[in-house]
Amino acid sequence: MAIAETGQSSAASPLVTQLHGWVTTVDHKRIGILYILMSLFFLVVGGVEALLIRLQLWVPNNTLIGPDTFNQLFTMHGTTMIFFVVMPMLSGFANYLVPLMIGCRDVAFPRLNALGFWLALFGGCILYTSYFTGDALYGLGSAPDVGWFAYAPLTSPAYARGGSVDYWILGTLVSGVGTLTFAVNLIATILTMRAPGMKLNQVPLFVWMMLVDAGLIIVAFPPLTAAQIMLLLDRYAGAHFFDTQAGGSAILWQHLFWFFGHPEVYIMALPAFGIISEIVPVFSRKVIFGYASMAAATAAIGFISLGVWAHHMFTVGLDDRLDAFFSAASFLIAVPTGIKIFNWTATLYGGRLQLRTPMLFALGFLGMFLIGGLTGIMLATVPVDWQVSDSYFLVAHFHYVLFGGSLFALMGGCYYWFPKATGKMLSETLGAWHFWLLFVGFNLLFGPMHIAGIMGMPRRVYTYEAGQGWDFWNQLSTIGAFIMGIGFLIFFINLVLSLRSGQKAGDDPWDAWTLEWATSSPPASYNFEQIPTVRSRRPLWDLKHPEDPDWKYE
Amino acid sequence: MSKPNVDEEIPIPPPVESEFPLSPAQVGMATFLCSEAAFFSTLVVAYLIYLGEDQTGPTPAESLSLTRAVINSAFLLGSSGTIMLAMNARKAKSLNGFSVWMFGTITLGVLFLVGTAYEWEELIYQDGLTIGRNLFGTTFYTLIGFHAFHVTLGLVLLTVITFLERAGRLSAKSEATELVSWYWHFVDAVWIVIFGVVYWMGT
Amino acid sequence: QTPEMFDPASPDAIEIRELFYLVLAITTLIFVLVGGALAYFIYRFRDPPGAPRDDSEPPQIYGSQPIEIAWTLAPTLIVLVLSLVVIRSVIAMRSEPPTEGTLRVRAVGHQWWWEFEYPEFGFTTANELVIPTSDADAPTPVYLQLESADVIHSFWVPKLAGKTDLVPAKTNRMRLEANAAGIYEGRCAEYCGTQHAKMLIRVTAVSPAEFEKWVADQQRSAAVAASVDAGRQIFMDQACANCHTIRGEPAIGKFGPDLTHLMSRHTIASGVLENNRTNLADWLTDPDQAKPGSRMPNMRLSPTEVKQLVDYLMTLE
Ligand code: HEO
Ligand code: HEM
Ligand SMILES: [Cu+2]
Repeated sequence: MAIAETGQSSAASPLVTQLHGWVTTVDHKRIGILYILMSLFFLVVGGVEALLIRLQLWVPNNTLIGPDTFNQLFTMHGTTMIFFVVMPMLSGFANYLVPLMIGCRDVAFPRLNALGFWLALFGGCILYTSYFTGDALYGLGSAPDVGWFAYAPLTSPAYARGGSVDYWILGTLVSGVGTLTFAVNLIATILTMRAPGMKLNQVPLFVWMMLVDAGLIIVAFPPLTAAQIMLLLDRYAGAHFFDTQAGGSAILWQHLFWFFGHPEVYIMALPAFGIISEIVPVFSRKVIFGYASMAAATAAIGFISLGVWAHHMFTVGLDDRLDAFFSAASFLIAVPTGIKIFNWTATLYGGRLQLRTPMLFALGFLGMFLIGGLTGIMLATVPVDWQVSDSYFLVAHFHYVLFGGSLFALMGGCYYWFPKATGKMLSETLGAWHFWLLFVGFNLLFGPMHIAGIMGMPRRVYTYEAGQGWDFWNQLSTIGAFIMGIGFLIFFINLVLSLRSGQKAGDDPWDAWTLEWATSSPPASYNFEQIPTVRSRRPLWDLKHPEDPDWKYE
Repeated sequence: MSKPNVDEEIPIPPPVESEFPLSPAQVGMATFLCSEAAFFSTLVVAYLIYLGEDQTGPTPAESLSLTRAVINSAFLLGSSGTIMLAMNARKAKSLNGFSVWMFGTITLGVLFLVGTAYEWEELIYQDGLTIGRNLFGTTFYTLIGFHAFHVTLGLVLLTVITFLERAGRLSAKSEATELVSWYWHFVDAVWIVIFGVVYWMGT
Repeated sequence: QTPEMFDPASPDAIEIRELFYLVLAITTLIFVLVGGALAYFIYRFRDPPGAPRDDSEPPQIYGSQPIEIAWTLAPTLIVLVLSLVVIRSVIAMRSEPPTEGTLRVRAVGHQWWWEFEYPEFGFTTANELVIPTSDADAPTPVYLQLESADVIHSFWVPKLAGKTDLVPAKTNRMRLEANAAGIYEGRCAEYCGTQHAKMLIRVTAVSPAEFEKWVADQQRSAAVAASVDAGRQIFMDQACANCHTIRGEPAIGKFGPDLTHLMSRHTIASGVLENNRTNLADWLTDPDQAKPGSRMPNMRLSPTEVKQLVDYLMTLE
């Protein structure tokens, strides 16, 4: 099965040729890796921004960072983390894994795929050139400072003079178009290119969840694009979509943005669910509990998540009936999400848990996501939201689901599939350090934010007065942030060291069951010498246990 | 990277036939059109939300002409028919029939654009309706403009595909022509919605 | 220090607290159950470190319909109950329209300060909202009519109520009630630009009698004392008068806070500085010191002018 001829062996070719190969590549695996590298780069950038935010909030009345810079920092941090860290990382994983998992040679449209990546990267570059050329009110080099959801009319020319907001619009718009091409490609690939015998209800759960994810992207991103175009027309063509002076509506922007924004949070969560659904069974040595209900729950989440967006607008003063509806819909989404949590937990039951690094991250995910999901329920309780909305309690909620949820899962995915992509194992020792520093730092950072929020601390403030009981919790948060920074440092060290001199991985280091482990590590450019034929959800289990194959039970 | 070597060493087996009723390209096009539908829905919703919210005119009733819209619609709807005939001709392997019907489609499309241009000219110079005039202008030009932009794009695609077919550059199995016709039908369908929302309801 | 939202001073805020306790209890219970199971399973089924490697696979369990149905139905029931509770309390807290004879205040959010107009009494003040206390048995709530002059803001005084946004071209309503006299602090809770952080609110609740006296005081026109004529002159001649109103004087600007009774307020610059001579002088010298980016320009006054102006302002009791 192993095929000698892989990326590594061409070390002899000069660097320029190699780089040229990467830049012009249309191989889904390389594009996947490019996405992940891009994401890691922006993770550092967004992380440094977050550390600066935390430094400024270390003590009350701190003067380290002025208001304008601070407001730019949280805008850039939020935009970067969502559009240029989580999105490319999940695109990267999907790109790398989906064709391998469904047993095909590449995605449906390889060149479109490359275009998608370059658009995403280009979008990130546009956003960051604002630091060098955005000629806002404050002179040369001014990043957008309107928050990651850029509420109107703060983005209108009257309040956002200069060009910095345009960089936000264009950067996210361009990368959004890239994301759309990614989704089109993914859907076509999953629907039409599965290995012979692999029915749609036999794909690995990661693939299934990516299919729903791509569907959400198709429905949710175009409205954002449209809204951004409207905003551009307002800013440059004299249109009045969000111009409240001329009858336009600031609330229309909120509806359009959150119609994208809420599905977007699930777009970031579903791939994480998918990764967890791969890692938990393998390291429990058990089949996933309730595949069918897992798949159904995913579809339900995708569907319901299109109908809850106004829970971001409970304080806007909508109609009572709307508030009630969106509150109930938000509660409802707890049911399918709960099913997932229960199924993962049940998969652990009776297993033989191997607490390797991917599993550590997966278990960390389960705990953190549970907390974040439950605070989401509190936020969806409308009157409670009137108190804690836009406070640090909310900041805590979404970091628990986004960071403790999505990013922990993606980190676990890095440890799990790194051996496949590089042929080397990541160091388990450094991995454990990475995990524990992240886990402890994370809870120290975002746990206290719940309390700061309940004590009345609003989000997006560059400074605060002493004596409100906020100081201590902020200091804990800042300490946690730096502990986490060290954790990430170890991760990067681990990546470099293991790539250089890690243990050889072999084709199937985790003794796993999905098709990507049936080919060499790293896989040849054509993935499989022979396209496998599939009869069940765990083709490699069938291979390894001919006496007790899965297809008997499905 | 030395991919070529690989190909020489190990012959790649033929691609696997899929059990799915649609081809990858068809699924791709269908998904793309879904996203386009989401895009246009947003513009239509914005139009509907602001309908009748203006304090200053002109209003749709004052400035839009249903007659002209009907004529314009006839061009575009007709072009959906002609492109269907072109596809039939293509299936019957009649290159000339295909070319004639494609030419008809393109002509109708151009006529539609000319009609739109004529309408806009009148709106701008006689009624003084610009994108900045009021909310109707804002939403109207954005919606109609994006639709017209799609028509223009479609016309370019139709022209290119016709020339490629005539030059024999597309294999008989190529799906490109078929997919372009899907796109054209979609643009048409969007117009039907626009006609209902903007012209029918408005006047 | 009890968090303010758990130490409420109005019926609405109390109801929110009860609701908060309810969801907190429900979610804590779920957390303990699910998290407990998770922790126990990890502990119970982990591969003991150091044990000899065992390559046999544990029994494979593909699912169980009864169990799965059970854990679909149980959460559904919980969220059904929660939904009903929420619907009830939203309606209770929002729908009551102001009856005749209630006190109304028009609150307008500006970058980065608050305008409070008392339409029935015909005066306007800023940043510090004064309301009469309300008896829990015979409530006399104040109704705020929330508007914005520029971007979106949000009015939040945790002890008195949840937050409600002030949206341009939209008028929101909010019920405000304080059962005990005192100063309730709050802040703008929707990011509104550079100085969002320094857009604080103080609600002063006083007894109805004191409130009447306060209203009477506010209704008077501004004090005019000859001794501070120099400062007054500077105020009217410089651009100050273009942006600030001093009732009874030629100053009728609307861009900044009404200063007619400036000295009746405890703070300036939307709660950022204590209202005293030093701070006033510093503020006039350079508003950006305390509030960088503030919409009040640096008027480039000489120290003498500052002193004279402050002398004048200090008479605006
Ligand atoms: C990955 C991202 C992610 C995820 C998965 C979620 C999940 C949820 N969120 Fe959150 N969110 C996310 C990301 C965000 N949310 C936000 C804001 C936000 C707000 C607006 C608050 C405000 O602005 O005032 C509400 C009301 C919610 C609610 C919810 C709910 C109900 C869920 C549910 O899906 C959670 C479901 C999971 C549960 C409940 C746990 C497991 C279930 C079990 C164990 C079953 C039993 C449980 C019950 C019966 C209750 N979120 C914002 C802020 C944006 C901004 O303003 O900047 C972000 C980024
Ligand atoms: C190093 C780790 C991180 C730290 C220390 C951190 C810290 C913070 C803080 C303090 C804020 C609030 C800023 C404010 O309201 O003034 C914030 C906002 C935010 N963070 Fe993070 N964060 C981290 C990682 C992440 C990750 C991984 C994500 C997403 C996947 C994320 C997404 C966001 C978003 C969307 C916002 C809101 C931005 C806005 O208000 O416009 N963060 N972060
Ligand atoms: Cu949401």
